[in-house]
Amino acid sequence: MSKPLLEIEDLWVRFQTKRKVVEAVRGISFSVGRERIGIVGESGSGKSMTGRAILRLIREPGKVKAGKILFDGIDLQSLSEKEMRGIRGHRISLVMQDPKFSLNPVMKVGQQIAEAYRVHNKSSKAEAKKRALKMLEAVQIRNPERVYDSYPHEVSGGMGQRIMIAMMLIPEPDLLIADEPTSALDVTVQMRVLQIMDKLVRDRGMGLIFISHDLNLVSSFCDRVIIMYGGKIVETCRADELQQAKHPYTRGLLAALPHIHSPCERLSVLERDPRWQEEPSVDAFI
Amino acid sequence: MHSSEVAQQLKADATLEISNLDVFFGQGMERLQAVKDVSFSVAKGGSFGLVGESGSGKSTVLRTISGLVGDWKGTININGKSMDYRRDRAFYKTIQMVFQDPYASLHPRHTIDRTLSEPLILHGVGDRDDRVDQALLDVGLGTAFRFRYPHQLSGGQRQRVAIARALMLEPEIMLLDEPTSALDVSVQAEILNLLADLRQNKNLTYLLVTHNLAVVAHMCEDIAVMNRGEIVEVMSVETMRKAEPQHPYTRELLLASEGYVPE
Repeated sequence: MSKPLLEIEDLWVRFQTKRKVVEAVRGISFSVGRERIGIVGESGSGKSMTGRAILRLIREPGKVKAGKILFDGIDLQSLSEKEMRGIRGHRISLVMQDPKFSLNPVMKVGQQIAEAYRVHNKSSKAEAKKRALKMLEAVQIRNPERVYDSYPHEVSGGMGQRIMIAMMLIPEPDLLIADEPTSALDVTVQMRVLQIMDKLVRDRGMGLIFISHDLNLVSSFCDRVIIMYGGKIVETCRADELQQAKHPYTRGLLAALPHIHSPCERLSVLERDPRWQEEPSVDAFI
Repeated sequence: MHSSEVAQQLKADATLEISNLDVFFGQGMERLQAVKDVSFSVAKGGSFGLVGESGSGKSTVLRTISGLVGDWKGTININGKSMDYRRDRAFYKTIQMVFQDPYASLHPRHTIDRTLSEPLILHGVGDRDDRVDQALLDVGLGTAFRFRYPHQLSGGQRQRVAIARALMLEPEIMLLDEPTSALDVSVQAEILNLLADLRQNKNLTYLLVTHNLAVVAHMCEDIAVMNRGEIVEVMSVETMRKAEPQHPYTRELLLASEGYVPE
């Protein structure tokens, strides 16, 4: 693999509350190439905060501190807010979990997708519409013409999510951060959406950070996996070697999953060790 | 085989028996059939799973059984008694439901004590103090949680409260609507273990709705696959494990549950 697309060193996300400081991400370092990298962990492990911190989307009272956030040779921390807007959406896109809160409720979905295209590319309205319709088709929407003229409340959750993905992919970003993009989707639709992202990584050399809680999915879809616990990286490995993971936390998570083919009376329950919190974060460079 | 014959065949000692169930939403031109000719039965102490994707009608079947949906046709038999549109008190002592989202299904301004006491008050059951304590112990929470509010509890703890609430009236049948899909896998394991223990200790009958085939394989002996309002296949868990489902839709679901498949 060539030079990494994104390099992050010693990233911290802290929230100062009245009583105490909550550390959501605690000094993690990793890099992303033109590959599919999965970040897995349970709720509260800091995986979503990591994705947002890269795009500087952490709101007050949250504070981001990092030794280095380098994207394609650009130091993202030194950019002004205006320069950052040129990166966000255009070169790095973020697909969030819930389409209900990510789409503009008073604008037709087709216009939103076309707008996403026009903001980043000089084009006519007709050209943008054509592109938007093509993208809707690409995310397996059966009747793109009708959906183009719908408002967000008129589409189902699964369709809303596909619309979001279409919108994020239309500017053809170099890096896509997908935060649980398929959790709300049915398995068969999920597969299609993953195939679209997979294709972009293979054909266009896009980098993908795939944030998920689904260990099976990440191990079958990604190239590398980062396992987060309590704001730190506890382990990193090649995705196809996830089943041989060594850290007791990862092992515990894997053992807690029910399996279709290996029935058992009781599922094993994860025993948390307070020492995991004290261990240093593992670096996950390429 | 005609579906009514199937129903006949399954009739023997069924606790819960559904035959030719049709459910509708909306009225007039907008009337939409959400469930079409669904028949299945669950024996006493059994555990039956309904799987399918969103919109397949699996939750609607549960909601119809529990009396939350009014516009339906067909027969719903519980312990040999045919259900009417109206449900009496005895019905709710026999059958209870656990909902998907423990963040939405508990009243945010009621203490756990009040949530758990309410069904007892409605049914005029005495001994409330002891029963609430016992229910909290049964679901592995302990009595310290009794006077807390839902926002002071984690997702897993809330789902335990929701299960305790369903158990307050000592039902025979539990309708479980995606009871773990909002929870982390480690918490899911705890809740599934709890449900398995309760079923054994209290001789409960489960009807579980989920989209997760691994969960249904772990919890149920028999599985019905729903697609677009219809049951496309009923099979035993062994059939599913041997990957011998007949219907192409079931095979597709099974394949997708194994993880990502490249184009």
